[in-house]
Parts: sequence; structure tokens; C-alpha cells
Amino acid sequence: MRGVLKLLAKPFTDTVGLARWMLVIGVVITAAFIVCAVFAPWLAPYGFAQSAVDGTRFPKAGAPSGEHWFGTDRLFFDVLSRVIWGARTAIEVVILSILFCVVIGVPLGLVSGYFGGWPDRILVLVMDAIFAFPSFLLAIVFSFLLTGLFGGSVLAVALSLTAIYIPQYFRVVRNTTVSAKEATYVEAARAIGASDGVIMRRYLFGNVVQSVPVLATLNAADAILTLAGLGFLGLGIQSTDAAEWGHDLNRALADAGAGIWWTGLYPGLAIVLLVTGLTLVGEGLNETLNPTLRRRRLLPVVMPARESTTEEAR
Amino acid sequence: MPTKPESVTGNDTVIDVRDLSVHFGLRGSTLARLFGRDAGTVKAVDGVDLALRRGEVVGLVGESGSGKSTLGRALLGLVPITSGNVVFEGRDVGRMGRRELREVRSDIAMVFQDPNAALNPAMTVEVAVGDALRVQGVTSETERRERVVDALERVGLSPVELFLAKYPRDLSGGQKQRVVMARAIINSPTVLVADEPISMLDMSVRAKILQLMLDLKRDLDLSYVYITHDLASAKFFCDRIAIMYLGRIVEIGDTEEIFAHPRHPYTRALLKAIPDPDPARSVPRDLPRGEIPDAASPPLGCAFHPRCPVATATCGWESRDLRSLLEEHWTRRDAETYERERALVGDLDHLDTPATTARIGSGPPDQVRALLERIRAENPDEPLWQGVSEITEDGSGVVVRFHEGEDPDLRPAGGAEVACVLYGDDQG
Repeated sequence: MRGVLKLLAKPFTDTVGLARWMLVIGVVITAAFIVCAVFAPWLAPYGFAQSAVDGTRFPKAGAPSGEHWFGTDRLFFDVLSRVIWGARTAIEVVILSILFCVVIGVPLGLVSGYFGGWPDRILVLVMDAIFAFPSFLLAIVFSFLLTGLFGGSVLAVALSLTAIYIPQYFRVVRNTTVSAKEATYVEAARAIGASDGVIMRRYLFGNVVQSVPVLATLNAADAILTLAGLGFLGLGIQSTDAAEWGHDLNRALADAGAGIWWTGLYPGLAIVLLVTGLTLVGEGLNETLNPTLRRRRLLPVVMPARESTTEEAR
Repeated sequence: MPTKPESVTGNDTVIDVRDLSVHFGLRGSTLARLFGRDAGTVKAVDGVDLALRRGEVVGLVGESGSGKSTLGRALLGLVPITSGNVVFEGRDVGRMGRRELREVRSDIAMVFQDPNAALNPAMTVEVAVGDALRVQGVTSETERRERVVDALERVGLSPVELFLAKYPRDLSGGQKQRVVMARAIINSPTVLVADEPISMLDMSVRAKILQLMLDLKRDLDLSYVYITHDLASAKFFCDRIAIMYLGRIVEIGDTEEIFAHPRHPYTRALLKAIPDPDPARSVPRDLPRGEIPDAASPPLGCAFHPRCPVATATCGWESRDLRSLLEEHWTRRDAETYERERALVGDLDHLDTPATTARIGSGPPDQVRALLERIRAENPDEPLWQGVSEITEDGSGVVVRFHEGEDPDLRPAGGAEVACVLYGDDQG
């Protein structure tokens, strides 16, 4: 148990200065949003698509007040509740898409890099082609196709995000595999009779996935923006299916001219904060884990005072 | 210093290598491959015969690039065999399926040069050594643990409990090499291929590891193929020694015979290169000149002739040797002379295509000939000149013709077998 805690705290205890504070601030912000996401039903005063309580309608586009801290919007929804529920949607989408990316991209990169040959070339070509596209455009196309298939659900948006981020995981894992498979320990594994599957699972996997966590946190920030962008364009999740910050911003667009600032400010603030938090975590982790950037914390060595001399001095 | 155990003279062959060749195709440029142009092959191992008897230690000795490691890897089927056979206990390793290869790899084990790289950094000692059992189908974790503990004890890593949970980065070089040995012997193999097992270790650890290998040989009834570039350790360790040069065995024989009567000029040069602890002796040993040649286009005739101090007329002299002779000559000239002579001789690049006739010169033929005569007069002992059959004047230069070379096979000479034109069938 203590060992686990120590391991978890390692990025913190190992770093110093800017990297450390980036990591701390990032983790605090991100943790706050994760708490919101997990405990949304208890934290949010109302449901995300609730427009009345006990038969009384909420005011239409009502200003922030004691009952509605962040005010209400034109559809009578409580803005605070929607911001909190929106955290849940965002986190769900990001976790799902990263999960898909890791589950598909990592094994694909491993196999492709290990065996090489023409399947590898074709995969690299396809992934490069996806990578070369403007990612947002691609996300629009995919969510268009996938919402037709799954409806405007979290799953559809998560899958379209997966499609645009998978080349990164593939490339990172494939390239490290290509260099790692030349290592002597891989030949040594072959020399004891290990099959290709065993070599990939037990010898290469642990050595090539090390940069995936950093990639995942950095992508998470980007994914939030893409998700909000999709919502803003009206693609993806609809207001009544789930609360989505981007979609709320879109609806708030008309309010801005009428002096109704609260419908736009709070979802926007939520996006900015979560993206900042995730980016700080990613960059902080990068500085901690990447040996070319890392500055190790030097623990001062305190020598015990030499007893004999102190006694003499007395 | 421990002594070498008496040679085992059983005639029972464990591994029989017959006319083995391992060639690697060179990857040319994308364009060349598109047009199907062949980028050439490197003959890493080129027609090697070698028999390993039970309980014997055979040393493969040679410089970097001589193909000794490739030969060792071919024994386990780790490199694709181009032609020939590696016969292990009556079965051909080159023609084995996946399952058979896996079985063979529990009977022939390998120890690698660099212990720092031969262990997976993400595995503890217990997992790393136990994995050799796991891939061979030992599923019971308790059995694996027992045997791992036993193997680690055998290689002298005790107390074992201290090492089981360690990662390679926590161990010293010697300890890592012991772990590699434990992994190699855990499946009770009959043959151990040791690829320079001590060259990356500290001097103080080398003798201990060699002693460990001898102990293991005695206890486990092993046969060794010991690959090294260090003749001194081979003398201490091996029963027989095969000297390799550019993919071929140039001399093979009992260790005593090789050391007492080295025959091949390359063997002699290697023996002279052994460092001598006597400080009174200075360094003027005639080490082989130059570097080991490019294996993608080996010299004509005997591959060693460009570096050989006693080469004869029929050793395979050719155009490339003429080029290196000229270039070597120019290293001793001042810039002005070089410019003048260079202009006289003209472009030398076409000499890189190996041929027994070479045309050089872009000036008056008599002057080119005079230049060659001058170079010859400077060092008349240069073996290249024996190989020149005639120099004729031709247009604006001269044509140098060489004697047709001979590529010697391994022939018995005295107590050993030597591949050198100086040792024919009848000579001793």
C-alpha cells in the first residue's frame, strides 16, 4: 500500500520548480472536474434537462440569483446544473475515446512495428493520411457518419474522436517497437525459444508503452476542445440527451447581444479551465517522465556533525 | 589461475555444420529496388564446415566482421541459412518448423556479449530466468521458482532470495552475466553458444566467469562454442580453435597446435597481437595492415591477401590493391607531388570494380610506367609486385595485368587444417 502511494507520488517528489507546480495545479483543476463528473447527481441542484421544480417553471433566461446561482437559459434550464452535468459528459467522452485509442492503437502499432513488411507500410500510409487531414474536419465527417449509426450519443462522439487520435498512438508505439525489437534482449528471448506473440507481450509491450500516458493526457485536453467544437456546430450530443458545454455555447450565442452574459460565460469558463488543467498535467508529466526535459530534484545531503570536533570545541 | 580440463576425446558429434553459408541481401535505395537492381549480398558465413564433439570446447576466433557471431547464431536457427546444413543430433536446424526450433533452443542455449542488453529491463531476475522455462511449457509457478532458485545457485548468485526480485539495473555487469548464464542453463541444454561472454566485463570478473563456465561444463556435461576475438582467453578455454576471416575458417586445429605452430599468416598476426605483459618488449609487431575488407565485395583469391605480409604471386592480386597501393604512396608525398602524380594517373574510381587487369593513366604512358617503377623501387618487398604479370603501354596510360589468383580451401597441414596457398596437400 505504501509502495503504491509512493509510486503515485513519484512524479511529484521527483520534480522541482515549474514542472512540479504545473503538475500540482493541473491535477487539482482536473480532480475538481472529475469530482463534478462523478458526483453530478448530488452536486447539481437540478437535472440537466429540468425546467421546473415542483410544478413551478424556472424563469426564462433569468439572471443569476439565490435559487439559480449561474442563472437560467432560454430553454428554462439551470446553467449551474448544466455546467456540472457537462463535466460528466466531457469526462465520459474523453475516457472512452482514450480507451479505444489505447486498446486499438497500441496493439496495432506493436504488431505492425514488430513484423514490418508491406502490411506495416500500408498501415503507416493510412495513419499518415489520417494524420495529414485537418483533425477537426475529420472529426466532423466521422461524427456525421457515426451519429447516423449510433444516434447522437456519447459513444458516437467518442468514436469519432478515437478516429482522429489513433494515428498518434500507432506512430509512437510502432516507432518505439521498431527500435526496441533490435535490442539484444529480444534476440535473447528468441534464443530461449519464445514465439513472436510471447516476445511482443512479455518483452516489448512493457518497454514501448511508456510514452502513452503522457500522450493520453495531452490528447485529453485536445479532445475536450474538439468535443466542444462539435457540440458548437450542433453535431454530436443534443441538449436533451446530455449536457454539453459546446452545444450550450452555441445556444448562448443569440443571448450575448441581449446582454445575457451568464449563459455563455460559465460553460466557456468550464471548457477553458478543464483544458488548462489537462494540459498542465500533460506537460508536467512530460517534464517529469521525459529524460531530455527532466530536471531531477536533488535531495540535499546532510552530514551528521562530527561529534569529536564539537566536543573539542566545547 | 585454474587450468584447462583435459580434452575429451569422444568422437560423438553433437553439432555438425556442413558447408554452411549465410548471406544477407543488402538493401539498396528505393529506386534501385523498384527497378529490381540487386544491391549485392554480404557473405557473412561462406561455406563453413565444423563439427562440435560432445564435451568439447570449440573456439571461433576472428576480428569484428569475420562472421563468427553469425555462425554462432546460425547454430540456433536465429539467422536464415542460405545453403548448407546445421545438423543437431541428426536433425537439420535450417529445415525445422516452429515447434521443433523451440525444442532445439532448449537444447542449444546462447550467452550474449553484452549482459546489459541481454536482459529485458522490465523483468525481474526471477521472471527473466523463469521465462526460459515458461516458453518451454513449464506452467507451474512453484516448479519454475524451484528451478530458478536452483539455476541461480549454480551460477553462484547467492543468497538467491536477494536476487530474485531485482531488476537488471540493480545488478553489476558480472552479476547480469551470471543471470544470463542461469537463463541459458535452466533447460539443461547440451550445447552452449557463448558469444564473447567476457568481452564487456571488467578484467577482475572475466576469470571468474570463465571459471564458472568451466564448472558448468563439468557439472552439466555441456559442450561449448566459444566465440571471441581474444586469443588469450581462447587458449585458456578451448580444446580446438577455428580462426575465421571474412566468413571462412582459415585455420582450424587443436589449441596447442595452433599456438605452437601457427601456419596461416592471419593466425600468426593474431598471435602477435596478444598483449604481452612484459614491459621491456616494445610494440613493433607486424600487425596486419589495414582493415578487414568489405564483406559485400571481398578481395579476389584469398580474402586475406591485401593484408598478408607473405602473399605470393597467385594470391589473387587485383585492381583494388593497385588503388590502395597508389593512395598509400601518396600519403607519404607532399601536396605538390601528389597533385602532379594524381594528374598523371587520372581517375582511380574505376579500379573499384574487381578485375585482374587494371588500366590507369591519363598522360604519357612512359611517364605513368616510370611512376609505377619509382613506387616499386621505393619498396621492392611489397608483395603486390609479385602478382603483376606484365605492364603494357596502351594509348594514354598503362595496363597492369595480374596473375590469376587462387582461392585456397582448407587443407590438412601438420596437425591442423589451413586455407593458404603456402600449405598444399603435400607440405607440412
